[in-house]
Amino acid sequence: MNFDLTDEQKMLVSAVGKFVKNESNVERFRKARTTAAVWDKAVWKKMGDNGWMGVAFSEADGGFGGSFVDAALILEQFGRGLVPEPYIASVILGGEAIASAGTKEQKEKFLAPMIEGATSLALAYAENQSRYNLNDCLTKAEKSGSGWKITGEKRWVLNGHAADQIVVAARTSGGQFDADGLSLFIVDGNAAGLERTAVSGMDGHKTGWLKLKGVEVGADRLLGGAGKALSVLERLVDRAAAAACAESQGCLQELFERTVLYLKQREQFGRPIGSFQVLQHRAADMFAQVELCKSMMILAAIKADETDETERKEQISAAKAYLTEGGWVVQKQAIQLHGGIGITDEQDAGLFFKRVRVLQGLFGDADHHISRFSKLASFERSLKSA
Amino acid sequence: MDMSFTPEQIRFREEVRQWIEQAMPAPIRKKAQNGAHFEHEEQMEWHKTLYKKGWVAPHWPKEVGGTGWDATQRFIFNEELSRASAPPLSPFGLAMVGPLIIQFGTPEQKTRYLPKILAGEEVWCQGYSEPNSGSDLASLQLKAEKDGDNYVLNGQKTWTTHAQYADWIFVLCRTKFDGKQQEGITFLLCDVKNTPGITVKPFMTTGGTLAFSETWFENARVPQANRVGPENGGWTMAKALLGHERTTIAGVGEIRRYINLIKRIARDTKVGTGSLLEDPAFRARIAALEIRHRALMMANYRTLASAQLGRAPGPESSILKIVGSEIQQYCYELMMDAMGHNALGWFDSGEILPMHEQWVASQFNYLRATTIYGGSNEIQRNIIAKLILQLPGA
Repeated sequence: MNFDLTDEQKMLVSAVGKFVKNESNVERFRKARTTAAVWDKAVWKKMGDNGWMGVAFSEADGGFGGSFVDAALILEQFGRGLVPEPYIASVILGGEAIASAGTKEQKEKFLAPMIEGATSLALAYAENQSRYNLNDCLTKAEKSGSGWKITGEKRWVLNGHAADQIVVAARTSGGQFDADGLSLFIVDGNAAGLERTAVSGMDGHKTGWLKLKGVEVGADRLLGGAGKALSVLERLVDRAAAAACAESQGCLQELFERTVLYLKQREQFGRPIGSFQVLQHRAADMFAQVELCKSMMILAAIKADETDETERKEQISAAKAYLTEGGWVVQKQAIQLHGGIGITDEQDAGLFFKRVRVLQGLFGDADHHISRFSKLASFERSLKSA
Repeated sequence: MDMSFTPEQIRFREEVRQWIEQAMPAPIRKKAQNGAHFEHEEQMEWHKTLYKKGWVAPHWPKEVGGTGWDATQRFIFNEELSRASAPPLSPFGLAMVGPLIIQFGTPEQKTRYLPKILAGEEVWCQGYSEPNSGSDLASLQLKAEKDGDNYVLNGQKTWTTHAQYADWIFVLCRTKFDGKQQEGITFLLCDVKNTPGITVKPFMTTGGTLAFSETWFENARVPQANRVGPENGGWTMAKALLGHERTTIAGVGEIRRYINLIKRIARDTKVGTGSLLEDPAFRARIAALEIRHRALMMANYRTLASAQLGRAPGPESSILKIVGSEIQQYCYELMMDAMGHNALGWFDSGEILPMHEQWVASQFNYLRATTIYGGSNEIQRNIIAKLILQLPGA
């Protein structure tokens, strides 16, 4: 076992860290909140030029052949500065969908420009009634000429408001809850019949709510085999959950460090409030939880590339649930220890608090992942053999 | 980053597993699986089994009886012990005073004490706490005055775990009464059974077992040769030793054993026509506990991997102590909840109750100690706040 970073990873963390400190800090995010897309195409291009989108894609797909851990390290740094660019939406979800299920032509046309930072992607899977259940899908795709016609509604599509291409999950057969019959299509953001509404999230980001009113796509836009998309979707959303753990960890680390700094600076009763034992103990609890969350974030990052499906699901569910349990200690104490100023918009603590809460609710919340963990074959076996 | 084990390490795990399988006596295994209290003799029986195999002190250097295993092998070994529900060994000789003598003792002390600790021929206990010095350890008052070749000891220790079984006690005593409290403390080894003036009186715990004792010193004469380290230099040793202690009492392996017990209990607890395992709410509680344990384990892996690279564990061990002790307590809270009224019995009813029903309430009570001993969790939080976060003093 070895949890040290390689020299390449250290260089990557250092470069992204420098970018977050100097160019994409909380101040930039504050300004970005008032813009239509919330993120900036010029910054995205720069990230592409730096090679950050390609770290985990294979060299054949135009990437650098690294591992998911590299992407997680980038996201952890992004979390420290609330970087708004759609890395999870475009790289982890949309990009990986095309990399794992796409043809050579699809990769060249849709993945390569995204890796360069010229375009961005999204993945539309959630619906109003579906909660976190990936096989609950009402959106339908019917044969139409040589291609397909897609009809339905999608919600909470990260970067759905701005993406150039959106990977959409739709039923090509079966009923609402069937495991078989799900397919993925690459839909152009400007396709006729696609209505996109930008909806504000509590974290200041925007997401897309999509209406697909008979959107026509060619046969070349079917991604992977028809009807076989569920396991692909499960893998994508698991990886996004691991990515959310990484970004959350960066936010929590920052929230914790800023709180400790505040405890040292803020004076009441003629002394720094950090000298009060009751507050010291809460800071100590925050520290313990940040370390445990970090440990679980590492677990999720390593297991995102795991080929054994049960093992991947088990460890990522554990991490996603723990980032909520442990993260919550950090989040709520950060606000409490900042006092009244902590609930103002002008103090940064609340921005980190909200971003973490959003990440906790995306890709399966704690209840969902604890429940999924408790139903896996591995847990079942452990109950029988204990 | 890499969490995998090498083929050699996997073979090693297999070897350890097979040996434990055939070496652990069935009655001990049965008690461990049922969360029963171990009598001292049973603990020592398992100690001696491991000793005969040469595996009782893997964390000691090879020259003095260790195994020569690296940190990962030691970790695998501990995991296999937990997996098999092996009883925990008394830590005072093996994990505490032994490593301290190895680090600070004279060659004579090493020759005299270490082999007997290994063989389980001499049992040790720890004399740190006093009635008025618990968390404020440096305020301790057990007086040691020089007289010829001896120190003469007067005073009292308390919460001395297993003193009633011990042959030897290591104490922190006061050899200087002025100046900074920490600078007047000396570390001494005392023969409990053969030193006139030392008296041990066990306490009954709320768990109904005799775990702790009061230890009295009345003009007890202890040779100066039994001092470890310099006179008035005991505080350094106390701190070094507490580092060893905290890592042990995080109880990563204990928790594995407790979770297994919870699963067995849930399986055996009848609810209507089925078992508690079929209750999704209770399954979710076990799953959440598993996940919490995994977070502790991962934090422990990181400490371990760092130790493997030769870095010393810092005050971060306080995190493992706080979180581990709280999870240990939660395990028994969950068992009590799982069993309903079947949890409310007591072990003196004997075999009319199944073994786990005899012991769950006892352990539930006794484990309240985990957040108190080894430096209370509040003290651990002080350590984190001061040494790691560097928050200002009062």
